[in-house]
Amino acid sequence: MNRNFSREVENNMVNVLEIVEDEYIHPGTRMCAGCAMSLIYRFALKALGPKTILTVPASCLTVLHGMQGFCTTKLSVLHTPFATTGASASGIVASLEEKGLADEICVVAFAGDGGTTDIGIQALSGAAERGTNFIYACYDNEAYMNTGVQRSGSTPLGAFTATTPGGKTRPKKNMPKILEAHGISYVATANGSYPLDLYEKFKKARDIKGTRYIHILSACPPGWGYDPKDTIRIGRLANDTGFWPLYEISNGKFALSQPSKKFLDPAKRKDIEQYLSAQKRFSNISKQDIETYRNYIRDQWNEIKRRLENQ
Amino acid sequence: MTIIGKNMVNSKKKVKILTGNHAAAYAFRHARVGVMSAYPITPQSPVVEKISEFIEKGKLKARFLLVESEHSAAAACCAASASGSRVGTATSAHGLMLMYELLPWASGTRLPIIINLATRSCGAPWSVWDDHSDFITIRDVGWIQFMCEDNQEIYDTNIQAFKISEDPRVNIPTIVAYDGYILSHTMMPIELENQEDIDTFLPPLNHHINLSDISQVKGVGPVTTPDIIKRKEGTAPGYYEFRYSLQKALENSINVIKEVHDEFAKKFGRAYGNGLFKTYKTDDADTIIFAMGSVSAQARTVIEKLREEGLKIGLVSLRLFRPFPIKYLREFFKGKKNIIVFDREIGYGYEGVLSYELKAALYGLKNPPFIKSFIVGLGGRDVKSEYIIEGVHKSLELAKKGDIIYKTEYFGLKLDELKDYDEQEFLKGGGK
Repeated sequence: MNRNFSREVENNMVNVLEIVEDEYIHPGTRMCAGCAMSLIYRFALKALGPKTILTVPASCLTVLHGMQGFCTTKLSVLHTPFATTGASASGIVASLEEKGLADEICVVAFAGDGGTTDIGIQALSGAAERGTNFIYACYDNEAYMNTGVQRSGSTPLGAFTATTPGGKTRPKKNMPKILEAHGISYVATANGSYPLDLYEKFKKARDIKGTRYIHILSACPPGWGYDPKDTIRIGRLANDTGFWPLYEISNGKFALSQPSKKFLDPAKRKDIEQYLSAQKRFSNISKQDIETYRNYIRDQWNEIKRRLENQ
Repeated sequence: MTIIGKNMVNSKKKVKILTGNHAAAYAFRHARVGVMSAYPITPQSPVVEKISEFIEKGKLKARFLLVESEHSAAAACCAASASGSRVGTATSAHGLMLMYELLPWASGTRLPIIINLATRSCGAPWSVWDDHSDFITIRDVGWIQFMCEDNQEIYDTNIQAFKISEDPRVNIPTIVAYDGYILSHTMMPIELENQEDIDTFLPPLNHHINLSDISQVKGVGPVTTPDIIKRKEGTAPGYYEFRYSLQKALENSINVIKEVHDEFAKKFGRAYGNGLFKTYKTDDADTIIFAMGSVSAQARTVIEKLREEGLKIGLVSLRLFRPFPIKYLREFFKGKKNIIVFDREIGYGYEGVLSYELKAALYGLKNPPFIKSFIVGLGGRDVKSEYIIEGVHKSLELAKKGDIIYKTEYFGLKLDELKDYDEQEFLKGGGK
């Protein structure tokens, strides 16, 4: 089923020279300066290639896709109401299956964290449970950024948003785990600061059948409160502190991705405070919350270690 | 249904005894629906069960998405339709309410989707029984809306609906409604047409969007601005122009609806009035009962009896609720003296919706007819012949006095039998 299976287990990174030169986003979109999602989308579409149909709910991506009459991508996109992304993709897939085009054309849903972890979770869960043959990508900027930074289920502990002025009191929902529990064929995490890893994951996902889920951490200068020039640095800190490990699960087999491998060793991880203190949204975070982060990261990596040892 | 031509039952045609739900399912099969997506709800469920059976037995080659909610069902229908498939679904009451967000989405994107609606009252409190309150809530979302009166009409209207919705002059989704249980679960003999004949009447869909043709890059449903956009790459209309176009298409669709109805009648020998409303004994009538669906069917049975009293009375059974056939109704009601409207729903805070729609449609007529309306049969309560008769008598008396009562009146309410109910204030609208 998955012809890349052996490669994927070895987890060899794609070489930068292997990235296709074709661009699928026209220049001059309306994204903010330093938006990680623009970079994520650019590399994801390169990996997916021309035989792709996109569906996008209300999100920053709606803005990227521009105004009526001027499609900003070289791939067709179906805009769909906020809660419907998984169902919308299912409808496109069903239509392609009816016409015998399902093997040829890849259906890709791209949604934000609110559209995925909150309002869209039911439609996504339904699509995953049905084993719908599509890729669902969540770019996670950890709040409703397009509507002015309100908290979502994916906003992390202690983060300031317009609706959590005192900092969020609950941790981030672990969406990849929820999708993994659906028994789908591919689950991966990614990070806008590691475009080669992200490219490889989308390329791999394209060749797998069934439901594939990729959850991508997407740094957001206005929402997180840092200088746009620091987007890559902030994303890397999420990885280097062990907060956002990069991994993939192919048919139940767990593998750490190259950029995160070395952090199995706790000594190699940077302290989470470096990540938190670089962003204004955490400026009022309590000592207790920082400690909770440390424990969370420790537990998360212990679990990863156990998984790797036991499989 | 009016039978055109000599033979009611053409020997070549298959006559089957079917429920209204199964009539809808057969229509979907004969229309060669490509993608369906649905979620179970009473009293619609037998539609999707029957379609599942057709697919299982290989009688219908279609993809059927059994999704986790009506919201998703409607979204999947929109996406499959935008991808170029012929698409349909079925629902009732709460299912339609949950689909609501997608309804203006479908009409705004101009997707020719067909929904069958087995009508049902909307909670709370829970009621699975029939009235038209689900049907009337979607009157402003830009869909074509039909109400059927028997199972043959359900089958025929579905076949017509695909042709109307898919017409390039229209490209608007259609809802085909029929009374829950009263038709959805009642068996009647219906003529099923041969597949080849349906195929000639309803050619394969040539969709105006068709995302699955990836040689054409399309952004479907993006942001529109308050104003139009002019750039060197081209000009794009604003939201206002999009919605104006939808309204114009709905207005124009009346001609297509009539055209398709007439073509169907000619080919298959069954007609439904002028395609917009059906008349019964109206030629010499000065008094008209105005209703739709099950209420019309009930009224039909008392016309003869009322005529025996010497009344010149007939029935207009509304088939097309949206677009509201204003021009044709004004033409028809010119010179009529009395209209009695029976509504199986309430436009809460106003009166029966059919009633105020008709009053608005007849605004400005010279010597307008006297219009009196009554609410009947909410939540599946029986609509008895005696209510219709009493309503007619009462209206004619009021008309004689010229007494226009705006207060909503009801038949079948049983307040008298609730004298021992301990929440009397509630029965007057307060308390609880």
